[in-house]
Amino acid sequence: MSDTASIEIDGRTLEAPRGAMIIEVADRHGIHIPRFCYHRKLSIAANCRMCLVEVEKAPKPLPACATPVMDGMKVRTASALAAGAQKAVMEFLLINHPLDCPICDQGGECELQDVAMGYGRGVSRFSERKRVVADKNLGPLIATDMTRCIHCTRCVRFGEEIAGMPELGATGRGEHMEIGTFVEQAVDSEMSGNVIDVCPVGALTSKPFRFQARAWEMGSRDTVAPHDAVGSNVHVHVMGGRVKRVVPRENEAVNEVWISDRDRFSYEGLYDEERLLEPMIRRNGEWSACGWEEALAFASRGLRSLVSRHGADAFGTLVSPNASVEEAYLLQKMVRGLGVSDIDHRLRDADFSDQEQAPLCPSLGCSLAEVETRDAVLLVGAWPRKEVPILNHRLRKASLAGARVMVLNPADYEFNFRVDGRIVVSPDAMVDALASVLSGSAAPAELCPGVREVVDGASHSEDAAAIASTLADADHASLLLGPMVARHPEGALLRALARALASATGASLGQLTEGANAAGAWLAGALPHRGPGGRSLERPGRDARSMLRDARPGYLLFGIEPELDCGDPALALSAMRGADFVAVFTAYRSEAMSRYADVMLPIAPYAENSGTFVNLEGRWQSFEAAVRPPGEARPGWKVLRVMGNVLDLEGFDYLSAEEVRGEVESLVEQAAPIRAAWRSGERTPWPREALCRLGSVPLYAADAIVRRAPALQQTRDAAFAGVSLNSAAAARLGLEDGARATVRQGDACIRLPVFIDDRLPDGCACLPAGVPQAAALGPDIGPMHVTPA
Amino acid sequence: MPYDAPIASLDIRMPMSRVEAEGLLTPHTREEIDHWAAKYPAARRRSAVVAALRAAQHQNGGHLNEALMDAVAAYLNLPPIYVYEAASFYSMFELRPVGRHSVSVCTNISCMLCGAESIVEYIEKKLGIVTGESTADGRIYLKQEEECLAACCGAPMMMVDHVYHEHLTPERVDEILDALE
Repeated sequence: MSDTASIEIDGRTLEAPRGAMIIEVADRHGIHIPRFCYHRKLSIAANCRMCLVEVEKAPKPLPACATPVMDGMKVRTASALAAGAQKAVMEFLLINHPLDCPICDQGGECELQDVAMGYGRGVSRFSERKRVVADKNLGPLIATDMTRCIHCTRCVRFGEEIAGMPELGATGRGEHMEIGTFVEQAVDSEMSGNVIDVCPVGALTSKPFRFQARAWEMGSRDTVAPHDAVGSNVHVHVMGGRVKRVVPRENEAVNEVWISDRDRFSYEGLYDEERLLEPMIRRNGEWSACGWEEALAFASRGLRSLVSRHGADAFGTLVSPNASVEEAYLLQKMVRGLGVSDIDHRLRDADFSDQEQAPLCPSLGCSLAEVETRDAVLLVGAWPRKEVPILNHRLRKASLAGARVMVLNPADYEFNFRVDGRIVVSPDAMVDALASVLSGSAAPAELCPGVREVVDGASHSEDAAAIASTLADADHASLLLGPMVARHPEGALLRALARALASATGASLGQLTEGANAAGAWLAGALPHRGPGGRSLERPGRDARSMLRDARPGYLLFGIEPELDCGDPALALSAMRGADFVAVFTAYRSEAMSRYADVMLPIAPYAENSGTFVNLEGRWQSFEAAVRPPGEARPGWKVLRVMGNVLDLEGFDYLSAEEVRGEVESLVEQAAPIRAAWRSGERTPWPREALCRLGSVPLYAADAIVRRAPALQQTRDAAFAGVSLNSAAAARLGLEDGARATVRQGDACIRLPVFIDDRLPDGCACLPAGVPQAAALGPDIGPMHVTPA
Repeated sequence: MPYDAPIASLDIRMPMSRVEAEGLLTPHTREEIDHWAAKYPAARRRSAVVAALRAAQHQNGGHLNEALMDAVAAYLNLPPIYVYEAASFYSMFELRPVGRHSVSVCTNISCMLCGAESIVEYIEKKLGIVTGESTADGRIYLKQEEECLAACCGAPMMMVDHVYHEHLTPERVDEILDALE
């Protein structure tokens, strides 16, 4: 039997894969069949009956979405029988649907409206009362008008099958059936906004977008989402020069048809009142707005004067991992052109001792699509669900397909798929835990000095050995290191152990970086030890942490808020405050910034900027600006280009962003392979009497834009409750759930409520980073004292 | 000087723990649920929802509440919405307190043709309640209209606590209802 069937639809003979449904084949060949409940990424429900078609020899019309093709099948999608059935179904669907299209946000992009135009009657024969369904409160992101619901159950299936969180359901029956959560609660998934797209009618719409614009009034521009290393493709819908909403742009290789809530609703942050609309300089302690020419001259003079006094050590440059390839490249070119060598984008990293051994740029170790075909995955210090939601979706698909996903984490995080191996230890015990996985591996591993001792001293555990053997037995295994490894003071040792484990088990090794363009920043040379394309440098500079610890006379900040974006906010703030001159390229003007900066240059963030991001699989994705930046704000790469001229530097005469990209690309093409002997990092002594702080960055604290997006900030993921620890640790320290505690890190000291969270291992206390409440504290991962207030 | 960090107010509905669920369900109910759950593969625990709800409703004197539904969900390790869906769909589950005796009058086609509507009207007037309500003394619950109860030959008919009464007349109705304690 062949794998294909020959069928005929509307007189066209088509070859179709056996087992495919009629509607899939029709879609593939551009034959339109109306539908509501069918969605190619969801399971088949066949409950709306809109896709009824005539199939020869079948006595009744059949649903095209649930009828598999068979050899010789003859389908008619528009015959009198089919059209009659479709018209009748349409009439039933419209019986209870309100005629409120003029006030419905879905108007103009409504599948029901479109199909009713094609298949509906002009006049309704239904004169009884329509039913009314009370609206539900699904939280700050999704607006509901449940009377409009036609019960297609796409949202219910999305929750169960894609989000992995069945929260919406169909309660009641018959005419009393309603879609909802039954008990009022916010839908609480990092992907929840996609129900807005799957809903074919106006029952579920975007709450922040409510009554903002009509579909046909907006222009659509393509760009790339800037909040994580996936680089989800999006359409930005624009009206009157403003971003009105963001929706997914289909790209099967990257984000399929989905986007995370962070990528969907962050645009609101673009219109925060803290947007910096014109260049500002501080003279004698007073801030005043000025023109670009004056501001660039002021900034250039300030930097030049630092250089003349301090030479190559004049100032430290900290660049956001969300800066584009072009921006990162021009910035390092400018800084190095001035003879200064301190530049870095690894703001939260804590251990740089193995940076010479690092590959040309961090990567996932396989493509996003390949994640689905893994048989075994070990996540170390990663919670992709709340860090890179689209990657988590791929992992979930792998798990559903039978992959064994295992974790070695500093907290027992919730996953929306089965976890087949779990080691949960305090951050200060992660090295030992990973070493015991490595020592449990049957295959001999080649160990470099330093790692050998750690492995020899590791305790043996059954769980660890099981993880090692699962990795070794898999044909396609991946070892993924998350942000908690990058931020770990023993990060280099963890990476060395992971590298040994990967080579012993045959697993690919990948890194989950923070920010949209960490890989691009590596390639563009926004690093202290390598130039663009990995070129070695005569005089390496200081890494991000060292240039704060070893306070510099000046700083140049690009797109960051150091008190929130750096791994050690207290250190960052004191460095900024102690500096003679701080120049800031920024989209926002914060109060803290007004205190330490000397000049603020307004640059255009996401959606207002053109450039390129390199995602975690190494994919270069370029984008154009969707709207003009407000006020005097300008794209960062243009500002840098002009500033290069103002500083009289060579090679700043680019005419377009493409030209800059081309230059980086050719440098990357010429890159020599990195050859450096293995080395391991150092052990860090952990004070025994202190707790270890686990400072993970919450989903909606990732960057300056997201932190200012009001709807996202109202979600449960953004709620900040205080410092948490497990009941054993709390009992030992005399802390009660809900009581206030004094939290100390070094000299920094704040008072916070305590809550008990038994997902945390003993010896560790979770206090999120990147949030204003923790902006006065020390390192993300480090000793912390918690005592009753 | 420590400063008091500002805190967002939190109103989060946390899922019920298994321990809490075990506290809400009686040993007998749990035994009953275990008995039914054992009949299905581990990955198909959802199949035991109806039996579990029946047991939970029984322990609670004939109706379910949110806490009991959450307890069933937590006990079977299912998302609560699965339990809400089943409980709100099937007519044998009551989601609020109802009278001791359940009375359902069939109003489907055969009974309707034989005068079921006037029987309903008679009962409503007699008890002073409308369909869906219970009498104030908690004696009788007049259940929402039933679909066909498969006793068309004896139309009009009603079911009182699982007992069928056929060929109803107002006098028969008086006799039956007045005999209920």
